Amino acid sequence: MNTAKADAATARSFVSWRRLRALITKETRQLLRDKSNLMVGLFLPVVLILMFGYGLTFDVRNVPVAIVADDTSPTAQDVLAGFYLSSFFTVTRPTSMHEAQQLMLKRKIEAIVHVQTDFSRQLASGNASIQVVVNGVDANRARVLQAFAQGAIGQWSIKRAAAGEVAALPVPAVSLQTRLWYNEANNSRYFLVPGLIVLVMTLTGALLTSLVMAREWERGTLEALFVTPVNSNEIIISKLIPYFGVGLAGLAMCILAGKFLFGVPIRGSLLLIIVVSMLYLLVSLSLGLLISAATKSQFLASQLALVLSFLPALMLSGFIFDLHSVPAVVRGISRVLPATYYVEALQTLFLVGNEWGLIVKDCAVLALSAITLLILTRRNTRKVLA
Amino acid sequence: MNASGDSVVIRGHELTKRFLRDKQDIIIALDQVSFDARHGELTALVGPDGAGKTTLLRLAAGLLRADTGTLTVLGLDAALQPQEIQNRISYMPQRFGLYEDLSVQENLDLYADLHGVSTEQRKDRYPRLMEMTALAPFRERLVGKLSGGMKQKLGLACTLVRSPDLLLLDEPTVGVDPLSRRELWEIVSALVEREGLSVVVSTSYMDEAERCAHVVLLHEGKVLADGDPDSIRSRASGHSFIATSVKAEPARGLQARLIDREDVVDAVPQGGQVRTVMRAEIAASIADVDFQPTTSSLEDGLMMLLRKQTTVAPATGAAIELNGKALADRSEVVIETHDVVRKFGDFIAVNHTSFQVRRGEVFGLLGPNGAGKTTTFRMLCGLLPATSGTLLVAGADLRRARAEARQHIGYVAQKFSLYRDISVRENLDFFAGAYGLHGTRAAERIEWALENFELKARESTPTGLLPGGFQRRLAMAAALLHEPRIVFLDEPTSGADPLARREFWRRISSLAEHGTTIVVTTHFMEEAEYCDRIMIQDAGTTLAIGTPQEVRDLAGDSDHPVTTMEAAFIAIVEKARQTSAQAAA
Repeated sequence: MNTAKADAATARSFVSWRRLRALITKETRQLLRDKSNLMVGLFLPVVLILMFGYGLTFDVRNVPVAIVADDTSPTAQDVLAGFYLSSFFTVTRPTSMHEAQQLMLKRKIEAIVHVQTDFSRQLASGNASIQVVVNGVDANRARVLQAFAQGAIGQWSIKRAAAGEVAALPVPAVSLQTRLWYNEANNSRYFLVPGLIVLVMTLTGALLTSLVMAREWERGTLEALFVTPVNSNEIIISKLIPYFGVGLAGLAMCILAGKFLFGVPIRGSLLLIIVVSMLYLLVSLSLGLLISAATKSQFLASQLALVLSFLPALMLSGFIFDLHSVPAVVRGISRVLPATYYVEALQTLFLVGNEWGLIVKDCAVLALSAITLLILTRRNTRKVLA
Repeated sequence: MNASGDSVVIRGHELTKRFLRDKQDIIIALDQVSFDARHGELTALVGPDGAGKTTLLRLAAGLLRADTGTLTVLGLDAALQPQEIQNRISYMPQRFGLYEDLSVQENLDLYADLHGVSTEQRKDRYPRLMEMTALAPFRERLVGKLSGGMKQKLGLACTLVRSPDLLLLDEPTVGVDPLSRRELWEIVSALVEREGLSVVVSTSYMDEAERCAHVVLLHEGKVLADGDPDSIRSRASGHSFIATSVKAEPARGLQARLIDREDVVDAVPQGGQVRTVMRAEIAASIADVDFQPTTSSLEDGLMMLLRKQTTVAPATGAAIELNGKALADRSEVVIETHDVVRKFGDFIAVNHTSFQVRRGEVFGLLGPNGAGKTTTFRMLCGLLPATSGTLLVAGADLRRARAEARQHIGYVAQKFSLYRDISVRENLDFFAGAYGLHGTRAAERIEWALENFELKARESTPTGLLPGGFQRRLAMAAALLHEPRIVFLDEPTSGADPLARREFWRRISSLAEHGTTIVVTTHFMEEAEYCDRIMIQDAGTTLAIGTPQEVRDLAGDSDHPVTTMEAAFIAIVEKARQTSAQAAA
């Protein structure tokens, strides 16, 4: 009777530490014993790190290019030297334009640089041209290639003009001095790694927790748990904490891989990165729990978690697609996604530094989202069946 | 001590609970239910699936709120103070509420922690719980790897980590074999007697209700009767008889003849005779049968009450119209297994089993969970190949001509396996096509099925919306469309109400009479009495095979005759387990 009274007293308080500890122990044991949890929580981040880190890159490098030089004069060779020496191109030399076209059809090459027989003669008369054919299937890539080819020839023209000779291309009066700030080498890994962390946090958070409440509903264990002094706060918190740990392990792996495997600079504070990540992890865990509590079905919950958290985080957060070039509606959606603010904060912290105004705004948005989702989850976790 | 000093632990007053199943399909789970459960007593909520037992227990556990009416549990209002109630009671849901990926000990610890049981209290409690449940050797084992009976005992142990003021058990013995069932009841009865625990248990077994001090009979959401078992039995007093055929007619035939009569309330085979409930003066009008008065059972009382409710005889119209006359020659062997073994890895599920089933026989497979019933069953249906041995079904060797054998068999799975989204007729159309029936023949057979299984009025209802009893009928009708020579039924009466069970067995009797062979598994031991022969298996080995009478004789001796199938079953399985334990030692 004594314990019953004590229970009655603590049941009204926010949580009972004794019960919370018991529930967390239980949740952790289940987490560790279920292989599929560990696969999603720890193995998947590793796969993502390797896949995004090594497989996926938006950089243009070693593009196969065919050079058809019908003019074998030293001047022509001099123009083409720019292509041979550049790390952007890998050059093959078919003997004729026809053969080059065949290679293009087979997608063995991405571009053809054609120097016609009368190039030297035309150059002398001040009216020379070099034909550059670019495979335009991937428009983005084609544009980049085109710019590089122009650059290579432009460089030569400037050099030639400087030497007092006739330039092939008109030399501009003002020369552009472009600099890429924060990502000087224009290395796509620099912005992929922060994006990768967002994906891992979203996956481990939402996908794992989307299963946990639904599993208890499906297996009927919640029914027994409800008829104990346990309260809903304890159930929710006990489900957040172990998965929070898994998420932090994923975060650590990503940061370490980013720093040491891919050499991404960390220009802001590491502590801030961790704080922002914890906030986002909370958002993502609560979203998963909310989905789980509302659907009560593991299958439905995991599908919803993918559609509502992972895919938007991948497509709409500005991680891959620039948000300035998307239609206003899509931009509107991305503005309400917590992932967008997390991507922004992480990219800034990694590549720019402690930009306080921005970071504080992002943190506030994330904290607000987490609180809203937790309140909704709490409302959906009443100790009532049906 | 507040209102629990009063002798009532639960008081329900005019409780009504409705559920919305589909948009406009409202199910009334409880309809104006009033009842009391008293302190220090064992109260049973008895009724078939869908009677409202679980809903009532969930209301008492504070897991659901009643639409109207009031419910007081331990003096607390269940609608307003569910947490206060949950702090003081223990509840075991139907699926035990155990975590399968935690060990036995970890499950116990979890519930002890949640209930705030101190370390000293545990030192006292745990050994007692372990002794009671005999789970001590399995403390470290994951619950997912325990048998059904062990899970059920652990589920009970978890509710008893401290002494609750009230214990609620929702169908604790569903899907559990007779031995485990008996053990569980011994534990619960001892707790009530020694510690004065108040227990409310729901069950669909009448023999379990007999053990309770107080019985609340529920039927379709209404209270049919409320009182001690004697008061319910007395409803049938003077109406219960044991009928014996003067002309040595087999029990099943006599039972069929009696239950078809409008003026007979109930008839079930029992110990080679037929237990009959009817008005005494009717006896004279039934020829060639000797009626001896007997004491009424709880089920007799229930049948009287149900009969008053519905005014329909239990098995009216259940006898099936079949082509041709009753089968005379029953010597043809249609199923023959010889030395069949089935292994799953190292585990031997079925161990050197041989038996024969003749044409028109009703053959029952009985055994505890994990005995090998389901494996044997699946091998006979050609769903699972045998590791070694031969299986001949309808003259076809299942190893070589599985497809040929399948043309002659009908199969009714335990789980409802028809398509829920399409109508009754569309399901029948589909199965007719699947069995290769078409044109007028298909139309004839579907008409026959709708007619004989009383599905005509619901032919366009989506199958998923049919009440449970109609779903079972439809499943059986679909399996009979192609007039199979052998029908396999896996736990066909599990969860069915007494009326539906009688209706089912009446159909089986008419099928068998016309030469269809029936193979059936059941966990209602008394239903073995409907079988011509039964086989009892345990741990993959055949322990007994023969007529119900032969099996009963095997279990007892002339000094201690065994009268019920349940007792025979327990005696045979225990004897075999002792022998094998001695052999191992």
